[in-house]
Amino acid sequence: MILSLSGVGHTHADGQAALCDIELRVAQGERVAIIGPSGAGKTTLLRLLATALKPQCGQLELLGEQPWALSVAQRQRLRARIGLIHQAPPLPPRQRVVTAVLAGRLGQWSLGRSLLSLIYPLDAAGAAAELGRLDLADKLYMRCDQLSGGQLQRVGIARVLYQAPELILADEPVSAMDPVLANYTLGVLNREAQQRNATLLASLHAVELALQHFPRIIGVRAGRILFDKPATAVTSEELAALYANEQLSHSPVPAAAFAPPLHIPRC
Amino acid sequence: MLNPTVTRDPAAPARLLLTLVALTLLWPGLSLSELDLGVLFDGSNAETMGVFLAGFWPPAHDQPFLALLAQATLETLAIATAGMALALLIALPGALLATRALSLSALSRGGRPAWWAQALRWPARGLLIVLRSIPEIVWALLFVRAVGLGPTAGVLAIAITYAGMLGKVYAEIFESVDPQPARALLAAGSSRLQAFCYGVLPQATGEMLSYSVYRWECAVRASVVMGFVGAGGLGQQMDLSMRMFAGGEVASMLLTFLALVLLADLLSRLLRWRFA
Repeated sequence: MILSLSGVGHTHADGQAALCDIELRVAQGERVAIIGPSGAGKTTLLRLLATALKPQCGQLELLGEQPWALSVAQRQRLRARIGLIHQAPPLPPRQRVVTAVLAGRLGQWSLGRSLLSLIYPLDAAGAAAELGRLDLADKLYMRCDQLSGGQLQRVGIARVLYQAPELILADEPVSAMDPVLANYTLGVLNREAQQRNATLLASLHAVELALQHFPRIIGVRAGRILFDKPATAVTSEELAALYANEQLSHSPVPAAAFAPPLHIPRC
Repeated sequence: MLNPTVTRDPAAPARLLLTLVALTLLWPGLSLSELDLGVLFDGSNAETMGVFLAGFWPPAHDQPFLALLAQATLETLAIATAGMALALLIALPGALLATRALSLSALSRGGRPAWWAQALRWPARGLLIVLRSIPEIVWALLFVRAVGLGPTAGVLAIAITYAGMLGKVYAEIFESVDPQPARALLAAGSSRLQAFCYGVLPQATGEMLSYSVYRWECAVRASVVMGFVGAGGLGQQMDLSMRMFAGGEVASMLLTFLALVLLADLLSRLLRWRFA
C-alpha cells in the first residue's frame, strides 16, 4: 500500500470538523479522483496526504512510513517524494518560469546546487521538457506574473512533474483552464503518472473529467467518504446524492452549486 | 433642506476631545524641554548667529580645500559602506534566525510555529534588540577609546547598530511577503535556506534593497555625526572648520552632504525600478 488511512479525522482551528473517520487504501500506480461538493473536505484530505496538515486522530501511512513519527529531517526527505499540485500555484510573481519549475527538485538538490541554479538555471533543458509536455515550452524565460491563471496552473503541474515524486497529489489542478485544455492537461498528468508508475490522487470539480480519466472515484461529502468504487460502477443516483444541496434546492438554478466561481490569484 | 435633523457632524465632539487631549499632553512636553524660541532673537545671540551664517557665503572652493574635502568625502563613504557590509554579515543570519517565515513547525499548524520553536527565536531577536538599542554615537565614543581616533571606530559603531536595525527589519520583511511559496517548497521537502532563496527572496528583494540603500544613506549621515567625536571622515573635518569659524568650508561640506543624499536617493530609485 502506498498510502493507507484508518480512522483519520481533522478539525479546523475554528472547531469545524473537516474530516472524520476516513478509511482509505491506495496501491502503487493507482489513479484516483476525489469528487464532492465545495467544502466537503477534499482539500483537507489532500493536505493531510501531503503532510501539510497533521491528523488529529487516526493512523496515516505514506510510502511505507508514518510521517508524524519521523524526525524533522526524515520527514523532509519523505516530503521530497510527495508532490502536491496546488489549485492556486504558490509562485512568487517576479520569479521566472524556469526557476519556478526547477524549484520542484529542491528537496533532492544540495544547497550549493540550488544557489548556483538561482544564478544560472542548471537544468533548463529538464524544465523545458516538462513544460513542453504541457504545451508551455515557449514561456520558459517569462516571469510568473506575465502568465494567465490557466498557464500558471500548468507551470505548477510542470514543477511537480519535474520533482518526479512517487505520490502525486493534485488539488483542482485544471480549475482555471477551458474545457479542452483541462481535458488535455488531465490526459498528460495521467499518462505521465502511468509511465512513471507513480500514484496519482486528484480532486476535481468536473465530474465527467473525473469519470473519463480516472479508473477509481472517491466521493466525499461533509467530511466523510460516501462511495469509493471503479469509475465504471458510479451511478447517476450516487452522483445526485453526492451533490444534493438542501440549501439550494429551492433556488431556480441548482446547477450553480456544481461550478462555484474560482478565484485564481495572479501570482 | 431635505433632512433637517442631521445638521451637525456626529464625529465632531470626539474629534474636539482628541484635539484637547493632544494639546494637554503636548504642553508638559514643551515646558519640560524648556523650548523658548525667544532666545534665538534675543540681542547678541541673533548677531552671533548672523555673523556665523554670513560666513557661509561663498562656499570654500580653493584647490587645497577641495582636495581635503574629496578625501574626507571618500572616507565618509568608505566608513558608511564598510560599516553596512559588516552589518549585513550579522544582520542576514540574524534575520534568518529570528523570522517566523521559515518555520517548519508552522507548516502543519496553520502558520503558527510551535511554542518551543518560537522560544528558540528569542535569543536571535534579543541579540538584534541589544545591538540596536545602544545609539551608534555611544559605540563610537567607546571604540574611539579602544582603537583610537580614526575611521575604524566609525565602521565598528555603524556595523553593530545597523546590524540590529537591518536584522529586525529584514526579519519583518520576510514575514510580510506571501508565505505560500515558501511553505509549498518546505512541504515538498526543501530545506529552509532553499525555501528562503526560492520562495521568500524573489518577493522581498525590492523592499530589502530599498531599505538597505536608505540605511546606507543614514550611515553616511551617522558617520558624519560620529566624526565629531573623532571617528574620521567629513564630520571630523566639519568639526575643525566650525571651531575655526570657517563658514565657507562648512557650507561646502553641507553641499557635499546634499549631493550624497541625492545620490543615495537616485540609487534607491534605480534599484527599486529594476527589482520591484
